[in-house]
Amino acid sequence: MNNSVGNTARLLGAGLRALIVLTVLCGVLYPLAVTGAAQALFPDKANGSEIEDGGRVVGSALIGQRYDLPLRKGQETPAPDLKWFQPRPSNGLGTNVINTRYKLILSGATNLAGDSGAKKTDGGKKEVCDPEAKEGLCAQVLAARNAVIKDNSTAGHTVRPADIPADAVTSSGSGLDPHISPKYAKLQVHRVAERNGLDVASVTKLVEDNTDERILGFIGEPRVNVLKLNIDLRHLAADKG
Amino acid sequence: MSPVLAGVLQLLALIAALALAYRPLGDHMARVYSSDKHLRVEKWIYKGIGANPNTEMRWPAYLRGVLAFSLAGMLFLYLLQRLQGSLPGSLGFKAIDPDQAFNTAASFVANTNWQSYSGEQAMGHVVQTGGLAVQNFVSAAVGIAVAVALVRGFARSRTGELGNFWADLVRGVVRILIPISVVAALVLVACGALQNFSGIHEVGQFMGGEQQWNGGAVASQEAIKELGTNGGGYFNANSAHPFENPNPISNLFEIFLILVIPFALTRTFGRMVGSVRQGYAILVTMATIWIGFTALMMWTEFHHGGPAFDLAGGAMEGKETRFGIGGSSLFATSTTLTSTGAVNSFHSSYTGFGGGITMLGMQLGEIAPGGVGSGLYGMLIMAIIAVFIAGLMVGRTPEYLGKKIGTREIKLAACYILVTPALVLGFTGASMALSTPKDSLLNNGAHGFSEVLYAFTSGANNNGSAFAGLSADTPWFNTTIGLAMLLGRFLPMVFVLALAGSLAAQKPVPATVGTLRTEKPLFSGLLVGTLMIITGLTYFPALALGPLAEGLAS
Repeated sequence: MNNSVGNTARLLGAGLRALIVLTVLCGVLYPLAVTGAAQALFPDKANGSEIEDGGRVVGSALIGQRYDLPLRKGQETPAPDLKWFQPRPSNGLGTNVINTRYKLILSGATNLAGDSGAKKTDGGKKEVCDPEAKEGLCAQVLAARNAVIKDNSTAGHTVRPADIPADAVTSSGSGLDPHISPKYAKLQVHRVAERNGLDVASVTKLVEDNTDERILGFIGEPRVNVLKLNIDLRHLAADKG
Repeated sequence: MSPVLAGVLQLLALIAALALAYRPLGDHMARVYSSDKHLRVEKWIYKGIGANPNTEMRWPAYLRGVLAFSLAGMLFLYLLQRLQGSLPGSLGFKAIDPDQAFNTAASFVANTNWQSYSGEQAMGHVVQTGGLAVQNFVSAAVGIAVAVALVRGFARSRTGELGNFWADLVRGVVRILIPISVVAALVLVACGALQNFSGIHEVGQFMGGEQQWNGGAVASQEAIKELGTNGGGYFNANSAHPFENPNPISNLFEIFLILVIPFALTRTFGRMVGSVRQGYAILVTMATIWIGFTALMMWTEFHHGGPAFDLAGGAMEGKETRFGIGGSSLFATSTTLTSTGAVNSFHSSYTGFGGGITMLGMQLGEIAPGGVGSGLYGMLIMAIIAVFIAGLMVGRTPEYLGKKIGTREIKLAACYILVTPALVLGFTGASMALSTPKDSLLNNGAHGFSEVLYAFTSGANNNGSAFAGLSADTPWFNTTIGLAMLLGRFLPMVFVLALAGSLAAQKPVPATVGTLRTEKPLFSGLLVGTLMIITGLTYFPALALGPLAEGLAS
């Protein structure tokens, strides 16, 4: 019995020593070596792909941000500043509740099911979104769709529901998606042109210049980086003004 | 080009890249685990451990090594989290609560990486880089070691000896995982993944004001997270977060990393048992299921059945613009058919059938191609079952790779395939029967049930992905999922090593005309069928209540 306790202790000791040695290798030397090489070879990218404009950092090329008006009294969520191109909804984004020393953004998705907020039709066999849905993904998509139509319809241009791409009314996985589809960007052109006193053609060209196609023609999806687009828009508006 | 065609071309490009890596990596791994030589750095490590790497171990000794090392890892990780508040480099993050610390320690040691915490608001540099990322390496190396021990069981005769656990562990880390990870991490940084120790800092915004980010050793953790089929994200959004997976190239590259070792291990297996064609038969089985599942997933996600998706005009909820439906579907099937569990899009917001495909992938036992090591040994166990079934049909004593599959072998294989379903269905049933666990559900009805079924499927199969609407940070889920992960990882390993010992002790039976030719396509077909039938019979009732019910209504 003593012998087997001794054996177990010896074995656990070996396990612990193995862990410590491998922790030094995988948990200290490896990340330090990679960090050193990364900082030497790709310092901008390793530090967050920050973008500067007008002499100050305005964000990261990779992280989506909001383009909202300041929060007014009585409002729970700020209204979008329609002068700027708007990103995708980010209803899954959370706020830091644990380490309240910081105001960290908590990346994440809504995790809502495709049938949440739906009602049964056709004798209970089929489900469709309730037009009056108050909760679930149905309600979020409905609200986003109505807002997109209302915000983007101008005097000479009406947005139809069929024009709206899926990314305009759904939240991304991270809540920090820096991109929108070219279709959603073009849908916003009339509004943005009107609000900035620019002509539609030059804003359309701005969108086209900022559209990234699929890499090698098939990898990923066509997309527009909203931050870069808005920076170019600010310059264009300033030049005109 | 249509998004569907682009998705298919990305799948083909991935297959081409995996095919290119298959032989060199598979052969390299076979050499690593067959060589007599020790590198200088390995000799230092053995000295540090105080182990002789040349001692041959029988299966109980090998198993004791696995368990002792994993127990040490678990205790260390638990203490690290409990003491986080007092450690330097913790960025002000506090100690993790006991139930969550247990869950996380179990999760990372069991190669699961289920996360009931949110990376960016719970874990500092020390725990992430010095604790969690270390387990990403070593738990992967343990998995490969156990698979190699089983392969040696087939390859060796008239001996009970399966190799040396410490040597297999250290070689896996030093000669396979670290070299690939260093290159992979730098590729990810080149794409835009973070790699610094800047901690939490403020960054200016377009509209004025500031945003707070936490920097860290993200790319280095991301590389081994995928390569070791671990899946634990640095950030809450995992590989959907742009700092973990910045662009479409990094996306394809991460999927490649997930799949490359599990597929190449079939080559290693073939080399070590002296017939690469036996490895090809296993490879074909794995690849058939993986490609089939991916095709089905793309079909259902592009088709986007579901009330809210119909309204939106596409199933883009929880998916990133840069990856689209194609790149997301490819990632989702690859992560659930291996034991990875990283996500670049959120499975809970997939279509009903899409969510079902991710669950079924895990329920197959994660063998197509499966986790590093665990995929190969899981598939070899199923091969034994398939050979046994074929033997019953013709009334012959079954044999596989020249070893008789007798009573003892089939009992061990049967125990192996019973462990996980028992854990999944038992815990899911208990959670639904009790009153409080249901408070954690985000969605109602069939989807709510799916959240719980998914959680235990993911835990017991050591996947780690989630229908993340479930609020899993409760004492009940932290404890039960923690237990499911530990039992789902280490009980099967007991049976695998016992089986390996019993195979290695046998003398080989010469192949005759009556022997089932296990290197032929017929056998691959039989194996796919066996897998589908066994899994189908086990899980169909539960799947019918969750994803099938949801999918059929839309």
